[in-house]
Amino acid sequence: MTEPCPKLSARNLNVFYGAKQAIKNVSIDISREHVTALIGPSGCGKSTFLRCFNRMNDTIENARVTGEIRLDGRDIHAADMDVVQLRARVGMVFQKPNPFPKSIYENVAYGPRIHGLASGRAEMDRLVEDALRRAGLWDEVRDRLADSGTTLSGGQQQRLCIARAIAVDPEVILMDEPCSALDPVATAKIEELIDDLRGRYAIVIVTHNMQQAARVSQRTAFFHMGAMIEYGETSTLFTNPVQARTKDYITGRYG
Amino acid sequence: MTATSAPRRAPTDWTAPAMQARVAVRYRRERLFRLAGLGALCLAGLFLAFLLFTIVRTGWSGFRHSEVAVSVVFDAQALGIDPAVARGPGGVEAIRRADFNALMQRSAAAQLGPAADVVSEGAWLDLRAAVLADRGVLGQTRTLWVPVRSNIDLLAKGKFDENEAEVTRGVSNEDIADYHYLEARGLIRTDFNEIFVSAANSTDPELAGIWGAALGSLLTLLVTIGAAFPVGVLAAVWLEEFAGRSRWTDFVEVSISNLAAVPSIIFGLLGLAVFLNFFNMPRSAPIVGGLTLALMTLPVIVITARAAIRAVPGSVRDAALGIGASPFQVVVHHVLPLALPGIMTGTIIGMARALGETAPLLLIGMRAFVADAPKGLTSSATVLPVQIFLWSDDAQRGFVEKTSAAIMVLLVILLLMSSVAIYLRNRFENRA
Repeated sequence: MTEPCPKLSARNLNVFYGAKQAIKNVSIDISREHVTALIGPSGCGKSTFLRCFNRMNDTIENARVTGEIRLDGRDIHAADMDVVQLRARVGMVFQKPNPFPKSIYENVAYGPRIHGLASGRAEMDRLVEDALRRAGLWDEVRDRLADSGTTLSGGQQQRLCIARAIAVDPEVILMDEPCSALDPVATAKIEELIDDLRGRYAIVIVTHNMQQAARVSQRTAFFHMGAMIEYGETSTLFTNPVQARTKDYITGRYG
Repeated sequence: MTATSAPRRAPTDWTAPAMQARVAVRYRRERLFRLAGLGALCLAGLFLAFLLFTIVRTGWSGFRHSEVAVSVVFDAQALGIDPAVARGPGGVEAIRRADFNALMQRSAAAQLGPAADVVSEGAWLDLRAAVLADRGVLGQTRTLWVPVRSNIDLLAKGKFDENEAEVTRGVSNEDIADYHYLEARGLIRTDFNEIFVSAANSTDPELAGIWGAALGSLLTLLVTIGAAFPVGVLAAVWLEEFAGRSRWTDFVEVSISNLAAVPSIIFGLLGLAVFLNFFNMPRSAPIVGGLTLALMTLPVIVITARAAIRAVPGSVRDAALGIGASPFQVVVHHVLPLALPGIMTGTIIGMARALGETAPLLLIGMRAFVADAPKGLTSSATVLPVQIFLWSDDAQRGFVEKTSAAIMVLLVILLLMSSVAIYLRNRFENRA
């Protein structure tokens, strides 16, 4: 946890929804090599916290963020930080699979197209294939790229969303409970995929499933009532937590 | 355990007579409710069928008219046309200057004898059209079927009771005698009324047509959709996607809802004050009518477009924002395409309402008598519903069938518009 410059860092972060404070003074460093899991009971603010990293909270009308978040040492709230580019660099996968109601190909090609990442049809084809391969979806959809993304199964849709995020070549991928709407088989595939993507992208995953956090992550942060209670190596946090509240949560005392 | 404190209830007897009576009452109520619904539907259908039946029965004959056969000697000398000039450049001018009316009257007097005055006052137009179509008829004799006066036409269609007394009958004894004179000689026939579908308004029923009003309606609607659609959709997009909520946007929202309920004649007054009196735009013109109707349609489009935009799932917006689409790209690439079927449905409903609107157009001068089809957005015009209103108000008997026939044309256009709307909506919905 002692990197010279963490990929993402938050300092004294507070988030308010109107008068209600959803995140209380959280500071964290997120490394580029690891998968970082955010766990905690429902309503503890872990999703809100995740949405700070690509400033998706900007779209919520009465949300207010104070404190500081740095990506590669640069403040993402700075005036010269373009939020559109930030969201391309920090991709996001949502809780419910949300492919565009367009073809599978268009779903993946959309990001590169609006950011001008491919010149010409051939390069775009390559880019789409590459993203679908890395998302482990290519073999299942190679013959039906023109079909609507919404015709896929839930698990396939979520992998399509991951491919869509990968296609713009982000540095960080934020995943907001990506498996909560999926069956165990599809969940296993996504977890495998997260493991494959580790190292190439910094991954932050919010999950309410502690086994999943233990399986896929190397670092885990435990949130409770908007505060970060404990943050450390996943293996340590699950076997030998420092805080009593962490211990109560992971042993199933509440949450 | 508290069961001992309360007395035990007897088990419900589901077969008791009282219970069965309740069941019977429930069934009877349900049956009555269904019957009432079915009855309401039948009543509505009956009204509609009655309306359509009476309109078609009266209006059908408006699409037919009676003609009389007259053989005409196209004597170039008598017409004052030099055949050589007529063939050359400027020939159209020469033909337009010639006195075909006199030729028509001469020919009718020579051929039809006592019944010469059955010929319509506009019949000479057919003669001129024959020459304009083919210069070769100059110097030759041709038999033409020319329109008859409205009363003769109505007699031929059997619209008068000839046994009625002359004063209340609406048609003179002379006309009846003329008609029988022609009929006995096989000189009169009834066929498709090409004047009705190609001419504009006229003071003579047999020369009046619907084309001018239909074209006026088309031009007016083009202006309406051209003004109301982009403004309405942009306003809706701004209110839904960019405005946020404030006291001011709440006020705008309430104002728009109120505008949608304002009586249409008020919009006519607004159009009169703004477009005619302030901007000095031409009276009776499709551009003014279209803009006035656009003011009236705008709230409808804004309200339906907002509803359609609101119905686009937030997850689509999140997905697009999440990979770095700008708010503008989110709207143009994702929200608008998904909202389009709904927006178009609202627009077509607004357009259909605009097509049938009369009151505001009366105020901006579109009830003027216009004898020519409009040539552009600024020339004088009338529209279908106003034409119907004008004809229904006319004392001449011949306009009764024209009124119903014009209603049929208006209904067919409305039906076509809704069909297009439904087709487009299904197409876009399947594509998404």
